[in-house]
Amino acid sequence: MSPRRINTALVAALLLAPFLAPSALAERLVTSLSTHRVLISSNFTGTSLVLFASIEDSDAPRDKPKKYDVAITVRGPAATFVTRKKERILGFWVNYESRRYPDTPSYLAVLTNRSPAEFGPLELQTKYKLGLSFAALPPTILPDEEFGEALLRVKKAEGLFHEQTNAVTFLTPTLFRATLPIPGTAPTGPYEIDVQVFANGVLAAQQSTAIEVVKTGFEAFVTQAARDRRLDYGLGVAFLAFVVGTLAGLIFRRN
Amino acid sequence: MSIYLPIAELPVNILLIFGLGIAVGFISGMFGVGGGFLMTPMLILVGIPPSVAVASVPSHMAASSLTGTISYWRNKLVDSGLGLVLLSGGMLGTAAGVWVFSLLRRAGQLDLVINLSYIVLLSVIGTLMIVESIRALWRSMHGQQPVLRRPGTHSWFHGLPLKFRFRQSRIYVSAIPVTAIGFGVGFLGALMGIGGGFILIPALIYLMRVPTAVSVGTSLFLTLFTMLAATVLHAVENRSVDVVLAFTLMIGGVIGAQSGARAGQAAKAEQLRFLLGLLVVAVAARVGLDLLTQPSELFSVISTEAGQ
Repeated sequence: MSPRRINTALVAALLLAPFLAPSALAERLVTSLSTHRVLISSNFTGTSLVLFASIEDSDAPRDKPKKYDVAITVRGPAATFVTRKKERILGFWVNYESRRYPDTPSYLAVLTNRSPAEFGPLELQTKYKLGLSFAALPPTILPDEEFGEALLRVKKAEGLFHEQTNAVTFLTPTLFRATLPIPGTAPTGPYEIDVQVFANGVLAAQQSTAIEVVKTGFEAFVTQAARDRRLDYGLGVAFLAFVVGTLAGLIFRRN
Repeated sequence: MSIYLPIAELPVNILLIFGLGIAVGFISGMFGVGGGFLMTPMLILVGIPPSVAVASVPSHMAASSLTGTISYWRNKLVDSGLGLVLLSGGMLGTAAGVWVFSLLRRAGQLDLVINLSYIVLLSVIGTLMIVESIRALWRSMHGQQPVLRRPGTHSWFHGLPLKFRFRQSRIYVSAIPVTAIGFGVGFLGALMGIGGGFILIPALIYLMRVPTAVSVGTSLFLTLFTMLAATVLHAVENRSVDVVLAFTLMIGGVIGAQSGARAGQAAKAEQLRFLLGLLVVAVAARVGLDLLTQPSELFSVISTEAGQ
């Protein structure tokens, strides 16, 4: 490697450093989550997790605390979605155009203390993916495109995309609490939780954690059987239908 | 009262699902149709993913049609010989239908063509049934004998070889046209994604001159086998059969099917044909309305890969 190349690499590394290493940020964030495992059993209808976090700023003046903004983004396991649009052809409404959205979170919640638009300039929102449309869609897809908008609208209506601008409550200027909803329809798998703290439109601290949504007991057993022992499972359900049908035939017998 | 469905991965109101099972089971037992054409769209409306709904409904149809078959069997209204000959043709027809379906899919947007032919077929069959049964009802009201079964009248297919006597149906015909009907029903059913009860019953009544109640009983018998096979195939191919959903639907279905079968056997043959005709036309109208009216949400989102 030539010395010139090394210099360029060094400069690049220095420029990138603030983004790569969160520890270089001004403040430190300590978070605590009520649980890291959401268990699904037969009576599961959704739940919520509570997150507590404290912002630690060693060189902040005690008498004049900073005003912080918080964005918590919860992302479920990634999936590929296809948005279809119906159009009228020869008088009939049929699916016509479609768009694919690969690597999109199957569940998404953006919880903030106020509207992310008030955190700072628009670049801040695009850079740190603040808000539903920036968090859901990759930067290559414009959020104002009608297919992308439809994806957000449909997922919001299904309760799988969720945006709340008053979900983060500050208990003291540096201590906050948020309730993370996990709906009954939440997909199973790993969930990422990103907590970002901003001060005067600049990222001040961030912390990532993860939870897992898993089925337990009977639900886990059924899922595993349907996936790994397909023929046995299928024959089992067919046999069940046979038994139920026969039993009913005997019970309701009228002579 | 809600319960979590392990394969559909969502909680549902169990009483609602149970009620749907009873209602559709009643129609199944009364008319000898599977009822998937009613159940599948209703489950999707409740929020169950289409793949799970399509795969889980056949087991409900199997249970209700078995209960119905038992009820008709006791009254000697099931022609098992006729049913088995139909089944052999039906299996070949289903295989051919699945093959043609995948050919059409590859060729492009042919859902519309399938839907349109479905609407045309059902409206024509339904209308003919209504007209015929009203005439029959009119005649019986005026004290005339029903003329549907005319002893001694023979169609061209009565000259074909391989003749069998189907005792319950009181017909003596070649196995060739029976297999052909089975083939046609299986073919159309696979192509349109429905059980073939709607096409089978009119074909048995009007082409084969099988008594209405025996047509219903035999159709139920056939539905039982095709739906058991469909359940296993869906489990192996799509892995989306939800046993909790299926069980809840089954329990409701067998209760409904019992009452439906009694109602069907108590009704006069021409009344039953009239109601079945109405049902067939209603299904055609529903599919047609779906295509003709502008939906409130033009966009739909489907997931091609599940999270885990």
